[in-house]
Amino acid sequence: MAESTGPLLAVEDLRVRFPVRSTGLVRRHSGEVSAVDGVSFAIGRGETLGLVGESGCGKTTTGLALLRLVEPSAGRVAFDGTEVTTLGARALRALRRRMAMIFQDPYASLNPRMSIASIITEPLEIHGLHRGRQHRRRRVGELLELVGLSPDYGNRYPHEFSGGQRQRIGIARALATEPDFIVADEPIAALDVSIQAQIMNLLEDLQDTLGLTYLFIAHDLAAVGHISDRVAVMYLGRVVEVADRAALFEAPRHPYTRALLSAVPVARPQVERRRDRIILGGEVPSAADPPSGCRFRTRCPVVFDRCSVVDPVLARQQDGHQVACHHWPGIA
Amino acid sequence: MSASEPVLSVRNLTVEIGTRRGTARVVNDISYDVHRGETVAIVGESGSGKTVSALALMRLLPEPPARVGGRVLLDGVDLLRGSERELCRIRGHRIAMVFQDPMTSLNPVLTIGQQLVEPIRLHLPLTAGAARDRAVEMLHLVGIPAPRHRLDDYPHQFSGGMRQRVMIAMALACDPEVLIADEATTALDVTTQAQIVELVAGLQDRMGMAVVWITHDLGVVAGIADRVAVMYAGQVLEEAPVDALYEDPRHPYTTGLLASVPTPGIDRPHRLFAIPGLPPDPVALPPGCPFWDRCAVRGEPRAEFTPQPLRPVGSDHQVACSCAGPAARHG
Repeated sequence: MAESTGPLLAVEDLRVRFPVRSTGLVRRHSGEVSAVDGVSFAIGRGETLGLVGESGCGKTTTGLALLRLVEPSAGRVAFDGTEVTTLGARALRALRRRMAMIFQDPYASLNPRMSIASIITEPLEIHGLHRGRQHRRRRVGELLELVGLSPDYGNRYPHEFSGGQRQRIGIARALATEPDFIVADEPIAALDVSIQAQIMNLLEDLQDTLGLTYLFIAHDLAAVGHISDRVAVMYLGRVVEVADRAALFEAPRHPYTRALLSAVPVARPQVERRRDRIILGGEVPSAADPPSGCRFRTRCPVVFDRCSVVDPVLARQQDGHQVACHHWPGIA
Repeated sequence: MSASEPVLSVRNLTVEIGTRRGTARVVNDISYDVHRGETVAIVGESGSGKTVSALALMRLLPEPPARVGGRVLLDGVDLLRGSERELCRIRGHRIAMVFQDPMTSLNPVLTIGQQLVEPIRLHLPLTAGAARDRAVEMLHLVGIPAPRHRLDDYPHQFSGGMRQRVMIAMALACDPEVLIADEATTALDVTTQAQIVELVAGLQDRMGMAVVWITHDLGVVAGIADRVAVMYAGQVLEEAPVDALYEDPRHPYTTGLLASVPTPGIDRPHRLFAIPGLPPDPVALPPGCPFWDRCAVRGEPRAEFTPQPLRPVGSDHQVACSCAGPAARHG
């Protein structure tokens, strides 16, 4: 479209705030939660960016805000050179043909009353693609085959399928409009280990054949480390570290990333016995009332006085590794 | 350890559940022993029968629709034969369970204190005041800050990790000999999971408790277990000391499961090994090996034993596969 070089998606200082209402008889607007509080990253064409973090860190909200499934409160999202946050409804719909989403729960994200064919053709109808019954039916068959299901499944209903098969159907729906970019929000979290591997392999194969760009959101660091080219780590509404997959897993720089990686169990007893775990004390503070300065300072094992005063920015190091921590150079 | 008598001995446990579609054979003849201070992990995927087998041995399954067979010996006493009265004295006292979901396993309309004091008063000869002190001590033990103050809070005032700590405090309140932890950390984030795993291991060292840790997470198992039993379609397909299971898995299902787990950092980009297909329907279990349809190294024809008997393949290592040998390993 506008440009063919540069990143496919560029996010700058994205913020999403939700109102907090007091509980009780009269529901008053009593404050705000910044679920996403100044997130910036870029994703290159054909690249997979992994977005990791624990529950409540804002990773899902970030994914939804990119597609404007929740409205960003501030910041910019440029998709292939087009600013997404200011688009009108018609232009947004046109752009959404090129962006799709795969959801976490394959049981909740397929309408139980719709046949597989109508689930998959709904996006085609919305965007007026593959018009005509014959075309649509052929397209459903193609898509089902693409995700490793029998092309004859169109007349069946979601309850007839297992979790892994449902997730394949969700992927077929996401691929219906031939998108360039897919936000995969915890696409394997609800699946069993042996089925997770099937879905990860499918996502990788589809990326190879269709040239897709992924934002892969997950709390499972092992899965993210397997599928991603680069990884961004979120904590309490912020990105605290972004780096190439290998650099992040081999030499994490932010103390939170270090603790997070050290907490991930590895399926090797000898490795597990020798490991030094960094056990974080306490709990994640409330996003409605984040700590002053660095948001991680209340749990950080290497906190010092500057951390409570100055909020560290996500700064790019010489080798391209980005980190938001006062222990690294170039951070104001 | 294994020289002594086991604290808990599960013998030929079976569970059948009547459904509209027919009888589901959810647990098919499983046996294992747990010794004092030992951690036995039961691993398996959803529907493999690991949770149902735990509920059955605690006699927490409603009968009917469930039919439970076999023996569950706690220090020689068969829990499956005891009266409800006897069980009430044992459950929560000598054998306790931590359930998977900390959001739904606490009563939302009672304070944490009321819920913690209940098993203490029921099982230990303590006055109300002493029971309350014991509850405070337990909350302190599981790392809840300001425990005396938190006792009068309701479950919704605690985070997921804190609720799971409360569940553990409740299970440990009467010094059980055996703790059954059913996916006790699955709903939690990794950093909280690490806290809880460390907590249970520390308590186990101090109190000599035996732990049955039920999970699908092979990473957690590698860190905590002494012995591992791998369940599939209601059967134990392999049982071994933890090192032997990971270093020298013999059952094709175990090797497949281990190969399908990505390892962070150590991994190089490659395709994950994916076990094709799906587990069998418990209402229509095929005769013979339950894994045969998905097996990469299966023998022909399908073995006819139902269930496949476990046979020894090494010291303390048993496998239910007629063709399992060194050749069963995946790269």
